[in-house]
Amino acid sequence: MSLLLTTKLTKHFGENRAVDGVDFAVREGQVLALIGSNGAGKTSLVNLISGLLRADSGQIQFRGVDVTAESVHGRIRAGIARSFQLVNLFDQLTCLDNVALSIFAREGKARKLFSLARRYRGIWEEAAEVLHRFGLDGKARMLAGGIAQGERKLLDVAVAYALHPRLLFLDEPTSGVSTREKAPIMDTISSIVRSQGITAVIIEHDMDIVFNYSDRIVCMHQGTILAEGTPDEIRRNESVTTTLIGTPAS
Amino acid sequence: MTAAVLSGEGRSPVKVVASAAPVVVLLWVLPYVLAPYKTLLLTYGLVMAIAALGFNLLLGYTGLLSFGHSAFFGVGAYAVAFMVKYLDLTSMELFIVGATVASAFVTALFGLVCVRYTRIFFSILTLALSQVLWSLAFKFFWVTGGTDGLRVPTPRLLGRAVAASEDKTTFLVHAYYSYVLVVFLACVALMWVIVNSPFGKALQAIRDNETRAEFVGVQIWRYRWIAFMVSGVFTGLAGALWVPLNGLTTPDILYWPFSGEIVFMAVLGGFRTFSGPIVGAIVFNYLKTYAVGFTVYWQLLLGVILVTLVLALPTGITGTAGQLLARLRRAA
Amino acid sequence: MGILLIHILNALLYASVLFLIAGGLSLIYGVMRIVNLAHGNLYAIGAYVTAWVVGQWLVGAPTVVLYLLIPAGALAAAATGAIIEPTLLRPFYKRAEEYQLLVTFGLLMILEDVVRFIWGPYPLSASVLWSELGSIAIGDALYPTYNLLVIAVGGLAAAFLWMFVYRTRFGVVLRAASQDMRMAAALGINVNRVYVQAFTLGCFMAGLGGAIIVPSQSAVLGMSVDALILAFIVVVIGGLGSLEGALVGALVVGVVREAGIALFPEIELAILYLIAAIVLLVRPAGLFGRTA
Repeated sequence: MSLLLTTKLTKHFGENRAVDGVDFAVREGQVLALIGSNGAGKTSLVNLISGLLRADSGQIQFRGVDVTAESVHGRIRAGIARSFQLVNLFDQLTCLDNVALSIFAREGKARKLFSLARRYRGIWEEAAEVLHRFGLDGKARMLAGGIAQGERKLLDVAVAYALHPRLLFLDEPTSGVSTREKAPIMDTISSIVRSQGITAVIIEHDMDIVFNYSDRIVCMHQGTILAEGTPDEIRRNESVTTTLIGTPAS
Repeated sequence: MTAAVLSGEGRSPVKVVASAAPVVVLLWVLPYVLAPYKTLLLTYGLVMAIAALGFNLLLGYTGLLSFGHSAFFGVGAYAVAFMVKYLDLTSMELFIVGATVASAFVTALFGLVCVRYTRIFFSILTLALSQVLWSLAFKFFWVTGGTDGLRVPTPRLLGRAVAASEDKTTFLVHAYYSYVLVVFLACVALMWVIVNSPFGKALQAIRDNETRAEFVGVQIWRYRWIAFMVSGVFTGLAGALWVPLNGLTTPDILYWPFSGEIVFMAVLGGFRTFSGPIVGAIVFNYLKTYAVGFTVYWQLLLGVILVTLVLALPTGITGTAGQLLARLRRAA
Repeated sequence: MGILLIHILNALLYASVLFLIAGGLSLIYGVMRIVNLAHGNLYAIGAYVTAWVVGQWLVGAPTVVLYLLIPAGALAAAATGAIIEPTLLRPFYKRAEEYQLLVTFGLLMILEDVVRFIWGPYPLSASVLWSELGSIAIGDALYPTYNLLVIAVGGLAAAFLWMFVYRTRFGVVLRAASQDMRMAAALGINVNRVYVQAFTLGCFMAGLGGAIIVPSQSAVLGMSVDALILAFIVVVIGGLGSLEGALVGALVVGVVREAGIALFPEIELAILYLIAAIVLLVRPAGLFGRTA
């Protein structure tokens, strides 16, 4: 059974059919790559599923439950989390705080008004543990606004990961960093996702990353799904290579 | 780097109390050293510090600039005046309870409208709503006394009335000052816990990045609403403590330039630090008193100070002091 | 019938002046994304300058000259704006909005006392212009002719502004700037110049509002703050940044105020805020506002 299933999901911005009747499925345990040229509708699709945008029509089912009308909060409760293409962090808080807040929210403790945050030992230990996994130990006490871009990308993922999602959307986790940094970042993310058995959807432009790190690839074009399959199938799919890369793959 | 003060799992309460202790002791002995008039000014300063502390939960921690806190201050003050006029009450404790309930009610109502908006729109809305209360206090003069205001006699503190031998000034600078100081310290402690609670962290997260806060599961609207209420109740409580000191409440404290003064205090002290608004309120109170005594154009003087402050020292007194200290330490 | 007409004229009178003030506020916000808390002070400056020119400096001059000098207040307000924008506001465009509000609040305090310093604490009047025109009969009642002049100026100002913004090259630049300042800058528009022009024009409108109303009601201290509050209601109803919104908002407020004075004087301001609150709940950006 699919973990996530959208049926005829549609979002138009005026004339622009950003997402046009998309049936999109993600199986439990998969790492799926969502590819397509700029404006293909990848980010809009993720925005619809994560709740940042409201669909014009169509349905979103998560674990067999219709979540189309759910709030962002409800979807997070259900187990959908995401990172952002343009890093979205709490810049004036420390890296440790950034991750801890996710855990407080997840545990339903963020609304505690009259008890000191430092009392929640377990949460701080878990937050430190998450930073450790992402190789950010040394940055725990630094402000999130003051660390390097590659570290910010990782922290952004760590914040989403700390919510313990069943389905994690990663919107271009390596955009804006140097080519040299891309592989280490993806290695870190990939090993965490795989070892924890998290289902992940990665939006990515870099085809090397797509082919190296995903089990399955969905290619979008002009708001619709053009093709989907295993990395090998997609590599051999001529319509994908021509629309996406412009020239046949060498 | 002052922002780091707001961050981290938070300093240990024991250490914080230890470092605040000398200041508390100083505040405790000051009335015996200072001239009564100066103690009186300090009492006003402490009362306003409670208001500014509440205000800054919104500006410094949630990122919302309210230009309408005069409303909550006024609600607290008028709640007390009404309790005196219509219920013949004299107990300060009852005044505090009454003002808290009244300001909680009004802030809950105002908050429902205001917290849907951020930035300039939030500022204008809070300002506008506070003016409704001002116009009501102004127009319903048979209830509120209009511009004449309502008189409030010296209250009973902990059930004890003022001794007949005691004159009003002595009462205010000793018994009442101590009372205000205790309430002030309780408010500071409570606010310190709130800003260092998980909820306080969530507010700072909302301030830094609303969208992301929503995507870690913080329900922005609700958190802002609660912050709005806490903020307003602190300010309302300050209003309640202010009335017996002033002996009279007039619509002036509901008028929006008074909100501007509260904003001024937070900026003067530094709204990026916890102690900033406290320092700002006390300093502002002396500053304004001397400016008023010095020239009829005191507003001009304060305006120039505000503009200079915002231009040159946006981190206020505490922020600038912190930066200087850090520089000295590095040099040493 | 005559009474009703007089009420309508009074409502239009309020609306004309309010449109000038709120329109200026909205224009400045539309282009510069700044809410100027000292905007009411420019209205006051307009009133004080005209009252001083007409009522003190040139008292006894031929009335025709005096009528022609009414715009002096508007020019003074525009000049003040042209000084304030580059010196005090420009350093703040790159900083958080809170600082912009704070600096204009400081400016409000300063201008309030500057007016008091120059003209003293007593009201200043230019009522000679008001009484000179006499009254005309409307039904059984008399109505001051000067008020009709104010209404006409308000209407003309609205028409001129509309032509200016939608029919001139400068208007195109202004609208481009209010859509997307960075894009406008990339297209070669001199941002600094547009800002100072927009701010000056906004201040001119506020000053004109003060200048035309001062013959019928004196210039007093505190008029700036009252005007600012009403202008806020207008822009909240109409939508901040929209001139059409300012016009409609001013008409709504004008009508409600006039009805309020006659029917429910105690809660007139409260009713206005209630309307503003309802508009906000139904249309968060105001009747004509764009959602950010």
